[in-house]
Amino acid sequence: MTERLDGPQAPPEETSGGPASGPADTPRKQRRLGPSPMMAVAFLLPAALLLGIWVVYPIVYSIFRSLFDAPGDGFVGLGNYVTIFTDDGMLKTIRNNLIWVVAAPIMVTALGLIFAVMTERIKWATAFKLIVFMPMAVSLMAAGVIFRLVYDEDPDKGVANAILTTVHDTFSSSQGYPGARPREGDQSAVAAGDDGAVVTKQPAQAGQPVLIPIVGVKPEFMPAAAQPAAAVTGGDELSGTVWFDFTPGGGGVSGAVDTTEKGLPGMTVEAVSNGQVAGTATTAEDGSFRFEGLPAGSYVVRLPQANFEGAYNGLTWLGPTLITPAIIGAFIWVWAGFAMVLIAAGLAAIPRDSLEAARIDGATEWQVFRRITVPLLSPVLLVVFVTMIINTLKVFDLVFIIAPASVQPEANVVALEMWRVAFGGGNNQGLGSALAIFLLILVLPFMIMNIRRFRREDT
Amino acid sequence: MTTATAPAPAPTHAGAPQRGLVGRIVDRLGGGALQVVMVLLGLFWLVPTLGLLVVSLRTPEVNAAEGWWTIFTKPAEITFESYSSLLASGFTASFWNTVAITVPTTVLVIGIAAMAAYAFAWMDFKGRDTLFLIVVGLLIVPIQIALIPVAVIYGGVGIFGTIPGVVLFHVAFGLPFAIFLLRNFFVGIPSSLLEAARMDGAPEWKIFVQIVFPLGKPAIASLGIFQFLWVWNDMLIALVFANTESQPMTKALQSQMRQFGTNIDILSSGAFMSLIIPLILFFAFQRYFVQGMMAGSVK
Repeated sequence: MTERLDGPQAPPEETSGGPASGPADTPRKQRRLGPSPMMAVAFLLPAALLLGIWVVYPIVYSIFRSLFDAPGDGFVGLGNYVTIFTDDGMLKTIRNNLIWVVAAPIMVTALGLIFAVMTERIKWATAFKLIVFMPMAVSLMAAGVIFRLVYDEDPDKGVANAILTTVHDTFSSSQGYPGARPREGDQSAVAAGDDGAVVTKQPAQAGQPVLIPIVGVKPEFMPAAAQPAAAVTGGDELSGTVWFDFTPGGGGVSGAVDTTEKGLPGMTVEAVSNGQVAGTATTAEDGSFRFEGLPAGSYVVRLPQANFEGAYNGLTWLGPTLITPAIIGAFIWVWAGFAMVLIAAGLAAIPRDSLEAARIDGATEWQVFRRITVPLLSPVLLVVFVTMIINTLKVFDLVFIIAPASVQPEANVVALEMWRVAFGGGNNQGLGSALAIFLLILVLPFMIMNIRRFRREDT
Repeated sequence: MTTATAPAPAPTHAGAPQRGLVGRIVDRLGGGALQVVMVLLGLFWLVPTLGLLVVSLRTPEVNAAEGWWTIFTKPAEITFESYSSLLASGFTASFWNTVAITVPTTVLVIGIAAMAAYAFAWMDFKGRDTLFLIVVGLLIVPIQIALIPVAVIYGGVGIFGTIPGVVLFHVAFGLPFAIFLLRNFFVGIPSSLLEAARMDGAPEWKIFVQIVFPLGKPAIASLGIFQFLWVWNDMLIALVFANTESQPMTKALQSQMRQFGTNIDILSSGAFMSLIIPLILFFAFQRYFVQGMMAGSVK
């Protein structure tokens, strides 16, 4: 894999015997011509020292340190590891990592595959690749700030909720009246129900207009189109008026439709019989409503709670429930380009003949993709997938930056918890070391996998 | 030709011209839809960064009042106020710290890894293959494993919180990838070149400097850009091993995160400052960037 992708940049005069085996195949000749082992030591020494002190020794030290308590004096055996698997906060952390590992790699790989296939069919593929690949160059810290802005809860500021509310309002235009409530009292015909709805106290019949006086409508929610309220008279159908029972500047009669008062358009009105909604109407600009085609009888008239809710404001992305999916979204934004570029390179290496042969044999595009392209790509897909698993296990910056401090326990992951426990105020190096070893154990299978694959390919 | 050799041509043949026409129309429409989808996806990837840029170019008051996308209707609101308050807050020092950490790290990693890679590729010594497999294994060791032990060492030696401490940590953790990448490239250098030089009695360091290093330029360029971006963008190592004197931009910005709402002017302009150099490098050298990524993707 590595060798092949790496191929084009290697010097073209590569010898036929495969240079990797060159020195190994001719030990005698090498020993005679080549440098002394001391020379090799000299060339390797700086790297060996750095790797030994900063990488290998710390692994050994951490194993020992993880068996001791916070100050490092008391031997606790596997106590720190027991804490990892019993503490509630830690279990939530592990659960979050599990969500990450299950969701993120598959989504990044799938998206990368889709993008790679799609870019083969457009003329501006290079531009598209550059755009999607660009986040790779940006620090995760900056990406975190970027997504804090994207996920801002206020739809007037955060682009995610701005899009959601725009889409939502395109499909349902109901404008609510948050904070509004019925005028209550003995004279009033309506009262607030248990579920936030407004209901008539007595069942109403056709020909007997239902008056629903509402107060507490805030000026900013008063539709510009509202007309002076009109009382409905007569008719064979159940009808009535929903209006704002308030005369600006005083005056007017409570509970009566005054011409100085405005109707409340756009209210959903339900006629309820025996607990079943028998008919639905919407108020006009003067606040009047009329149930058409409703069977004669007596009904309780109800304004459902939805009328009194504010406009749709999108999702609380940075709240406790959505925080992990939201951060995974940012992770996908960062890594999709990596997956796409790698898979596109694999795609370009697939021999066109085999695809053409299948097409000539009458295979559909989907069959070609499923049966030929994907299997031929499977080595690249595996590399991308495994790389993403390792990255999700190590994910730190994005969670640390995007999750607000109050929500961070809900979004916590092992790599972040390790830092918090040891440096971010916890000051428990025993538990911190245990978490670091835990992280190492999680990536160990992939380490072994890498070594095995390298051995297979290189020798 | 095809229909003649196909085993059951009759049904397909009869429907072929019609399906061809329909298929072409579907293709045309599908192509158009694909273009639209791709444009939308491109926007999806572009918009978050664009938002950061616009927010950094408006006053905090305007940002608190309305979404950044309203800039398109009132472009006159653009101002560099946030950037001047960023500079006034002493951010410049952390910018130079980032440079002082990134440049030496990149140079050291290239130099040290190239030497080791040359030994692994072209010198014969006992245990060479085993040692190299260890390097391959170290490719994905999580940085977390070394935070505590190295903090203890630095405390003892007295370089905790200093730029050299941060640099050395970065160099060590950059080496496995660097050695891996360069060794795989050096191995492809024609052995005739090296043997000729050795036959002439050239010393190893001379072969390394005058033959291997120049021939390895493409791989070294890939490694250099990769290493530079990796260190420039790091936050975790800085968080642990730098103090307020030696902190790079990422750590300086992180310390402002708690008051995200009120610090948005400094955070947005600072984040943009921190990503502008990586973006320039990325667009200038994206070929090397992609090559390095692919060569290293055994990770």
